[in-house]
Amino acid sequence: MADTPAEYIQHHLQNLVYGSHPDKGWIIAQTPEEVKAMGFWAVHVDTLGWSLFMGLIFITLFRIAAKRAVTGVPTGLQNVAEMCIEFVQGIVKDTFHGKNPLVAPLALTIFVWVFLMNSLKWIPVDYIPGLAHAMGLPYFKIVPTADPNGTFGISLGVFLLIIFYSIKVKGIGGFTKELSFTPFNHWALIPFNLFLEIIGLLTKPLSLALRLFGNMYAGEVVFILIALLPFYVQWGLNVPWAIFHILVIPLQAFIFMVLTVVYLSAAHEDHH
Amino acid sequence: MNINLTLFGQTIAFAIFVWFCMKFVWPPLTLAMQERQKKIAEGLDAAGRAERDLQLAQERAAQMLRETKEQAAEILDRANKTANAIVEEAKAQARSEGEKLILGAKAEIDLEVNRAKDQLRAQVAALAVTGAEQILQSSVDGAAHNDLVAKLASQL
Repeated sequence: MADTPAEYIQHHLQNLVYGSHPDKGWIIAQTPEEVKAMGFWAVHVDTLGWSLFMGLIFITLFRIAAKRAVTGVPTGLQNVAEMCIEFVQGIVKDTFHGKNPLVAPLALTIFVWVFLMNSLKWIPVDYIPGLAHAMGLPYFKIVPTADPNGTFGISLGVFLLIIFYSIKVKGIGGFTKELSFTPFNHWALIPFNLFLEIIGLLTKPLSLALRLFGNMYAGEVVFILIALLPFYVQWGLNVPWAIFHILVIPLQAFIFMVLTVVYLSAAHEDHH
Repeated sequence: MNINLTLFGQTIAFAIFVWFCMKFVWPPLTLAMQERQKKIAEGLDAAGRAERDLQLAQERAAQMLRETKEQAAEILDRANKTANAIVEEAKAQARSEGEKLILGAKAEIDLEVNRAKDQLRAQVAALAVTGAEQILQSSVDGAAHNDLVAKLASQL
């Protein structure tokens, strides 16, 4: 492992990248310089792998629960699944007033998936990267939501849905009109309105992704800093910080879900 | 903090998970929940109805009991009356029968008395005639004095 604290931190915050290097072709990046050289044409193997893994856990567990679903007294897994569904259903019912069969499952997926991805933070910072290192991988970072690609990937999906439903519900004309004539309903202010509304529109996915990323990344950094301390004092800080994350992890998943529902609800509202 | 292809990979994964959830997870689970809700509502409804039915049945049972009691009392009353009437009738019949018997007996007694009287009279008459014959020493014409003797006998 790295020697100096700075190197240690740097090492822990670097993803495992597989990409197209201008000189060496498709390789696993061994140094930050190689990563930089790859630019856009690279994939964070760890982020994608862990997020897929968590997503599959979600899908599998809930699919099993759905298959075994009984109308009688639910037990075990079905109870958990139904609790999640009821929770999400309540929020969707309260905030989303349109009729769309996609929104509630979308919210459920976001909530559980993000929660599972966030919860990877509870695994001590050196365990899995250490294992990966022993297997010869130069870098490994397991929390997909502490990678901006991970969070922006989800918020990009939400953003596309916002655009899609805005156009579907209001029509292209209606959507354009809404962008041009709010907040100031006057033709002379159309450019100003457009500027304002487009910024507002773009802020939605940006705030979604950055809020989650910021929280997870900062928490990760703190965990890494604590890991730099002598092992006999680590627990004194590690434990409270991990307990604090019992609050942070579901809360961030919850916020992501609620804001998604709110944004989609706004996309469905036709003012004309 | 570098944005790369991972972004799109994540978006595609997200889309697939959402699609799967919408297709295979959400509908069966919510359906099961809805059905359970319906079942519970129906159960509560049935319980309410059963309670009402029970109340009605209890009322009907109480009413039937009351009616039956009344009927029983009526029947008992009527039976008592009939019994009394029968007893009275029997008593009256017995009395009249007794009276009839007494009357018959009396008539028979009278008949016997009269017969005895007549016999006695005839005997007395004969005795008197015999006595008189003995006294008068056959001088008396039986035929001539027969009327006299008969008159005498009737006076006894």
